[in-house]
Amino acid sequence: MAEPEVTAETPAAAEEHAAHGAGHGAHHAPTGFVRKYIFSIDHKVIGIQYLLLALFSVVLGMLMSILMRMKMTWPDHAWPVLGWLFPEGAPGGVMTPEFYLSLVTMHGTMMVFFVLTTAPQGGFGNYFLPIQVGADDMAFPYLNMLSFWTTLLGLVVLVSAIFASGGSVIGPTGGWTGYPPLSAIGHLLNVPGQGMGVNLWIISIAIFCVASLLGALNFIVTLLNLRTKGMSLMRMPLTCWAWFTTAVLALLSFPVLLAAGVLLFLDHNAGTSFFVPGGLSNGTTVIDHSGGSPILWQHLFWFFGHPEVYIAILPGMGATSHILSTFARKPIFGYRAMVFAMFAIGLLGFFVWGHHMFISGMSPLTGAAFSVLTLSIGVPSAIKTFNWLGTLWGARIRFHTPMLFAIGFVSLFVAGGITGLVLGQTSLDLSMHDTYFVLGHFHLVMGVAAIFGMFAGTYFWFPKMFGRKMNETLGKIHFWPTIVGVYSIFIPMHAMGLVGMPRRYSQFYEMLDGKLVWIYNFNSPTYPLIQFVSWAAIITVSVQFLFIFNFFWSLFKGERASDNPWEATTLEWVTATPPPHDNFGGRVPTVYRGAYEFGVPGAPEDYVLQTTPDETGPNVAYADEAEGQGRGSSNGNDVHG
Amino acid sequence: MSTEAHVGRLPATEWDGGALPYRVGHRKLGMWLFIVSDAMTFSAMLIAYSYARVSSDAWPTPFPFYPSIIFSTTMTLFLLASSFTMVMAVRASAHNKLRAARRWIGATMLGGLTFLVLHSIEWSHLIHEGLRPFRLAGEWAERWPQAPPLFGASFFAITGLHMFHVLTGVLYLGVVALRIKKTRHEDVEISGLYWHFVDLVWMFVFPLIYLMSVDFTPGAGH
Repeated sequence: MAEPEVTAETPAAAEEHAAHGAGHGAHHAPTGFVRKYIFSIDHKVIGIQYLLLALFSVVLGMLMSILMRMKMTWPDHAWPVLGWLFPEGAPGGVMTPEFYLSLVTMHGTMMVFFVLTTAPQGGFGNYFLPIQVGADDMAFPYLNMLSFWTTLLGLVVLVSAIFASGGSVIGPTGGWTGYPPLSAIGHLLNVPGQGMGVNLWIISIAIFCVASLLGALNFIVTLLNLRTKGMSLMRMPLTCWAWFTTAVLALLSFPVLLAAGVLLFLDHNAGTSFFVPGGLSNGTTVIDHSGGSPILWQHLFWFFGHPEVYIAILPGMGATSHILSTFARKPIFGYRAMVFAMFAIGLLGFFVWGHHMFISGMSPLTGAAFSVLTLSIGVPSAIKTFNWLGTLWGARIRFHTPMLFAIGFVSLFVAGGITGLVLGQTSLDLSMHDTYFVLGHFHLVMGVAAIFGMFAGTYFWFPKMFGRKMNETLGKIHFWPTIVGVYSIFIPMHAMGLVGMPRRYSQFYEMLDGKLVWIYNFNSPTYPLIQFVSWAAIITVSVQFLFIFNFFWSLFKGERASDNPWEATTLEWVTATPPPHDNFGGRVPTVYRGAYEFGVPGAPEDYVLQTTPDETGPNVAYADEAEGQGRGSSNGNDVHG
Repeated sequence: MSTEAHVGRLPATEWDGGALPYRVGHRKLGMWLFIVSDAMTFSAMLIAYSYARVSSDAWPTPFPFYPSIIFSTTMTLFLLASSFTMVMAVRASAHNKLRAARRWIGATMLGGLTFLVLHSIEWSHLIHEGLRPFRLAGEWAERWPQAPPLFGASFFAITGLHMFHVLTGVLYLGVVALRIKKTRHEDVEISGLYWHFVDLVWMFVFPLIYLMSVDFTPGAGH
C-alpha cells in the first residue's frame, strides 16, 4: 500500500502552511499544458478531471441500462447494430441472458463506484472543499493527483473487462455485489465472464478502494487542519460537513471491501475457500472447495456496502442544503440539527448492513436488531427533511435551475427513503427481497436523488468553475422531463415488485409463433408497466443529452458570470470567477460569521458574506476593504433578471 | 441592540480555524488516518478468519510448543525489540542526534528483516509439510478429518499481508535513514507511528493465529 508521504511542500513550507491555516505560495501556478491540465496538482483541475471521468462513466452506464430495458421489453427483437457490435453476446442482434447479466454487473459497478462515489466527493468535494474552508489547496496536493490517477486506472481496468471477458459477455455476470460462490468458482464451471472478467472486476474495485481511502484521508486532513481563521466547525457550509462525513465513511468502509476483495481474489485464483462451501456441483463437475461461507462475503461486502449508500447520498444532502438556503434567501433551518443528523446517519450506517441479508438465514433476533437500527435512520433523515421544508417555509424562493434540482432532490429522497422503512422490516423484506420493489427503492434514493444532487451542484457551481452560467432555459427544459421521467421509471417498479417480479431476470415473456407467452404467469399484469417504464427510460435518457449539450455549449457560449451571481454567502463566492490558482489570489480570507446569513435584520443587503465583519456595513471579501467597495456587494445584481 | 452585537466575532480556540486543532501537522494526522483505515483492513481479515474458524466443525491446532511456538515467539521478540529501537531512534532524533537516530533506525530495520527471514523460514517449513492455501498438510488432515482446508488460506493470507506491511516498513525506514539529515523530526516520528502500528497488528495476529493453535497433546512436536 502506498505510504501517505507524498506532499507538494517542502517541510518549511508545510510548517508555514500549517501555521497559517490557509497559507499561500506552497506551490506556484504551473505553466506547461501537461502540468496545468493533465498531471495537475491543483485541486480545482483534479476536481474537474473527476467530474469528466464520472461523466464518461455515467454515459456508459446509462447506455447499458437502455440495453437492459430493450432486452426485457422486446426480448426476441433483433437489433442489427448489436449483432454487429457483439456477435457472440447478441447473435443475430438478439441479446443473450448472459449478456444481459453482464450488463447488470457493469451498469451497477460503473454507476456506484465511478459515478455516485466519484462525482459528488472527488469532483465537487475536491473543487470546493478547500475553497469553502479558505485553503489554497488540499493538504496533500500530490496525493490528490495520485488519487485521481488511481481512480482512472481502476476505471480503465473495469472498461478493459468489457473486452477481456470473452466475446459472449461484457463483464462478470454476478452483479455489482459479486456474490460468491459464482464470483469465486464460476470459471471452474465455464460460466461466461467469470474468468478474466471477474479478475479484472476485483482488481478494478481494489484499485478504487485504495484511491478512495487516499482521497478520504486528504479530505479529512484538509478540513481539520486548513480551515482559515474564524472558520470554526459550526460556521462551515453544510457541504463541507457532508464531504467530511463522507470521507470518514469512506476511510472506514473501503478498507473492509479491500480485504474482502483480496480474499475473493484468492478464492478465485489461489484455490482458497473463504467464501466457497463444500459439495458444490453443477451436475457434471464437482467443485473441489470446502469449508467456506458465502454469507461471510455478504457480511464483509455489506459492511462496506451500506456506508457506501451514504457515501453516495450525503454530498447530495450537503449540496441541497447549501442551495435551498441560498435560493430561499433564508438561513438553513436548524443548522446544528443538520450537522448532527448527518453524523447520525453516517454512524448508524455502520450498524445496519444486516438488512441486506434478512433472507440469508440469519437468526430472527439478529434480524430484529438490524431492523430496529435500520428504521432508526428514519429519525435523522426526517430531521433533515423537515429542516429542508422549514427552510423553504414562507420563503420568497428564486426558482433557478439549481434550486429546481435541489427541491427535486428532497422529493426523490423522501419518495425513495419512505420505502426504505418498508424494506427495513424483516417480515416485509422476506417477500420483497430481490424484487423490483428493491430496485425502485434504491434507484430513487441513492441513484437519482444523488444524481439530482450532482445536477443541482453542476448548475449552481458551473459559473464559479468556468466563468459562465449554464443556460437557464435549457436547464429548466432539462429539469421537468427528468423529474417526471425518473418517477415514471421507478414508481411503477414498486408495483412490479409487489406483483413479485424478480430482479436480474433478463426477460419475463417471449414470443412463440407470434403469440406473447409469459414465462411466469403471475407476472402478466405487469406488461403495460414494463412497456411504460422502458419508454420512460428511453425518453429520460435522451433528455440527459440536453444537459450534456448545455454543459459544453455554456463552456464557450454561456452568459458571463460575475464573482457572486447567486448572491450567496460562502467563501467560494468571495473569490474571483474562476478562482485563481491559489484560490484567493495571494490573500487569506478571514471568516466572521456562519455560512447561511440571509435576510439579516439591519444588513444593507439580504445576504451577508462570511467574510464581512460588520453586518450593518457593506459586504466585503476582506476586512480591510470595509471602507472601500466590497467585492460581494458590487455584483450579483444579475440574479433578479 | 448595539452595533457591537452585529459585528462578527473571531473565536479563538484551536478548533476555530487558522490553527492545527490536534497540534499535529498534516502528515502526522494523515498517517494516523491511514493507520485507522489499515486497521480496518486487518480487522476485516481477522474477523473473516474468526468467522471461518468458529463456524467450522473442527479446526487444526497443529503448533507444538517446541519448536513452533518457541520459534514464533522468537520472531515476536525481534519485532517487539524493533519497536523499542524505533522509540530510541525517535528519541535520538528529538535530541537532534542524527547519527544515533540513523543507527537506531538501522537496528529497527535489522529487527524487521530478521522477523521477515524467520517468518519465511517458517512459511517454507509449513509449505514443506504440505500446507497450502487450498489444503491442509497431509498429517493434519488425518488428525483433524472434520477440519476445512481454511487453515492455510487464513494463515498465508493474514501473515502474508502482515509481512507485506513489515517489508514496506523496512523500505520506508530505509528511505528515512538515508535522508535523515534532510528529514524533519516529525517525519521520523511518523515513520515510527507506522512501525509501531505494524508491530501492534502482530500483537493481534500472534495470539489469534498461533497461540489459539497450540497443540497440547503430550509429546507433540517430537
